[in-house]
Amino acid sequence: NSGVVCLLRPLLLDVVPSIRQTAALALGRLADYDVDLAEAIVKAGILPQLICALPEENRYYKKTAAFVLRAIAKHSPQLAQAIVQCRALEMLVICLEDFDPGVKEGASWAFGYIARHNPELSQAVVDAGAVPLLVLCIQEPEIALKRIAASTLSDISKHSPELAQTVVDAGAIAHLAQMILNPDAKLKRQVLSALSQIAKHSLDLAELVVEAEIFPVVLTCLKDSDEYVKKNGATLIREIAKHTPELSQFIVNSGGVAAVIDCIGSCRGTVRLPGIMTLGYVAAHSENLSMAVIVSKGIPPLCVCLIEEHEDHIKAAAAWALGQIGRHTAEHARHVAVANVLPTLLDIYVDTRSSEDLKMKASIFKALKNILQKCTYLPALEPLLHEAPPNIMKHIIGQFSKVLPHDSKARRLFVTTGGLKKVQEIKAEPGSLLREYINTINNCYPEEIVR
Amino acid sequence: RRLTKMAIVIQKWWRGYLRRKHFREIVETAYFIKKLNFYNQMAVRIQKTWRGYYARKHIHNFYALKKYLKSVSVNNELVRSELQEYAEMKENEDKMKDLEKKEKEKKYQARKMHYLLSTEQIPGIYNSPFRKSPDPMELLLRKSKPLTHRKQQVKSTFAYELYDWPTCKKPPAFITELPLLPTDRQKPQGPFRNPAEVLWQRYKPLEPTLRVAESSNSPPAKAREETRREEWRNRIHDTEFPPFSSYRKSDEKYEPLLCRSGKYGQEAYGTKHFREVYPQKWIADK
Repeated sequence: NSGVVCLLRPLLLDVVPSIRQTAALALGRLADYDVDLAEAIVKAGILPQLICALPEENRYYKKTAAFVLRAIAKHSPQLAQAIVQCRALEMLVICLEDFDPGVKEGASWAFGYIARHNPELSQAVVDAGAVPLLVLCIQEPEIALKRIAASTLSDISKHSPELAQTVVDAGAIAHLAQMILNPDAKLKRQVLSALSQIAKHSLDLAELVVEAEIFPVVLTCLKDSDEYVKKNGATLIREIAKHTPELSQFIVNSGGVAAVIDCIGSCRGTVRLPGIMTLGYVAAHSENLSMAVIVSKGIPPLCVCLIEEHEDHIKAAAAWALGQIGRHTAEHARHVAVANVLPTLLDIYVDTRSSEDLKMKASIFKALKNILQKCTYLPALEPLLHEAPPNIMKHIIGQFSKVLPHDSKARRLFVTTGGLKKVQEIKAEPGSLLREYINTINNCYPEEIVR
Repeated sequence: RRLTKMAIVIQKWWRGYLRRKHFREIVETAYFIKKLNFYNQMAVRIQKTWRGYYARKHIHNFYALKKYLKSVSVNNELVRSELQEYAEMKENEDKMKDLEKKEKEKKYQARKMHYLLSTEQIPGIYNSPFRKSPDPMELLLRKSKPLTHRKQQVKSTFAYELYDWPTCKKPPAFITELPLLPTDRQKPQGPFRNPAEVLWQRYKPLEPTLRVAESSNSPPAKAREETRREEWRNRIHDTEFPPFSSYRKSDEKYEPLLCRSGKYGQEAYGTKHFREVYPQKWIADK
């Protein structure tokens, strides 16, 4: 801070190459450590001097220059924009064309950090012609270079469908798909995240990814020992499943649902989230698919998630997934109810200790509503009668009023378990839906019992 | 009065006739409607059974759905078992790698501590006389070769390489083969060499001669410079290496020895044979 930047500046133009290199390395490390220093470096106008003669320099200098650019770009979009404005991207492209793998690694890392911030910067990176070179980098044998190139492609394609299409047009999908088989865990993380960023934008891109024959290889990634590989694999399957029923059908047919369920069972924490959402998306498309999810024993892990997890968004996601499974027909709702899920859901909904996170409450409420509207399995509904708040009570009583007029055994059970007494205790305004339901129930029984 | 009665009778008959005709029409239409209704009902019955059959067979085939779900669960079981196998295999591999690493470390330690081996007179640490058989570490020590100091020299040369030779450095890790090349990479057309060979040649490490390896600023070189300059000063003959004195002698013509040269050229005695030979006196043939 004490004028170091000004002192380093003339050293960058020194005659001896090793002095230039060390000065650049020092600048890079300073910029890496602190945002203010990076801004000071940019403001002092060092960047044009750094990159002016880059093509003629030796590879150590190129590597350190790429390191400096990356250290500056990683802090904020404005700094990255400043880098783009002093035309550093062309120089980085020249670095990418170099033979030394270390230089290529530095250049692609810098591209990755620039493209990460927003779509305009990604577009600038693509316009500089970096994508075909990155695809070439992926094919290089050095693992570190492959990792960085894959993560850069993932950062570029995550912003918009056009950028993802550009990456796909450069032929990246085939190479990424082959690298899923590589034993290195960090490489698999990046490759899976790149594929999922490509697949998430549109149906065509997802179909392209599926056509690269990643199933059933992706399922082995779900059994990997590394947590983030599992998470990214589940994310990829989620992005593919969410577009159309046909893709979800394909995933179910290749046994993907079982693998995802096992993956949810074996992980803890945020890593489970994409897997839960996958099940929700698959079940949401059609009742056959949700039946397939039920048949693959999908409900118990979701219950366990609801109970065990502390994070709100994971609980909300699990509740949403259960709602999607149970909402189709009475059969589905029965399966969900049999698994003893409804009391848990109600507990979470009513729990005053949990945060006032409206989204979570709303999602649990919707899930409960969807399941209850189709649930005709009365033994599961009984315990809910005693604790439910009024808006849910409406649905429960509605279900009772639908089933009780027809089923005599159920009527007898209802009375013996004290349900009728509870119903009488509910106060409802005349003319409301609740009143009508209560009247229907009361009409099933003779007068003496009702009193 | 009789006329009106007659008129009434005629009108009565006429009205009756008309009404009977009308009645017949009504009956016919009623009958017709009844028949139509009946046919409609029957048609609806037929359509109902057909629609049920068709829906159950094609649109929402319950048994096909059940079969599908069963096949899905069977497939799931298969996938689960395969994944389980895969996970176990990976675990085994990891364990093997760990074991191998430990073994390597042990062997390296044994090589370093080679001096702890027991001799004829003095038993070593691992070979106590009270034990029935020597410790496994002792056996390992017996098997291992002592370490040389070669490793340290290698380290020192690297330090100078950075500043003296800014050309290629470490070759890439794959020198002999490229196992990770993607299979659909287009082989470039033309008479190109194997890329592994090319890269091996490209990244062959520099093996400079001893003279080149010594930098010209080091003290021995400076000392040599001294002697060289002195030599140059003190040189008397400009030609440093004159040819040998016998250089011109070989230009003279060859004169053979008198005692060997006969009248008609060289005699065979002395070169071809040395003694007289009497085959009659040989015993072996007899």
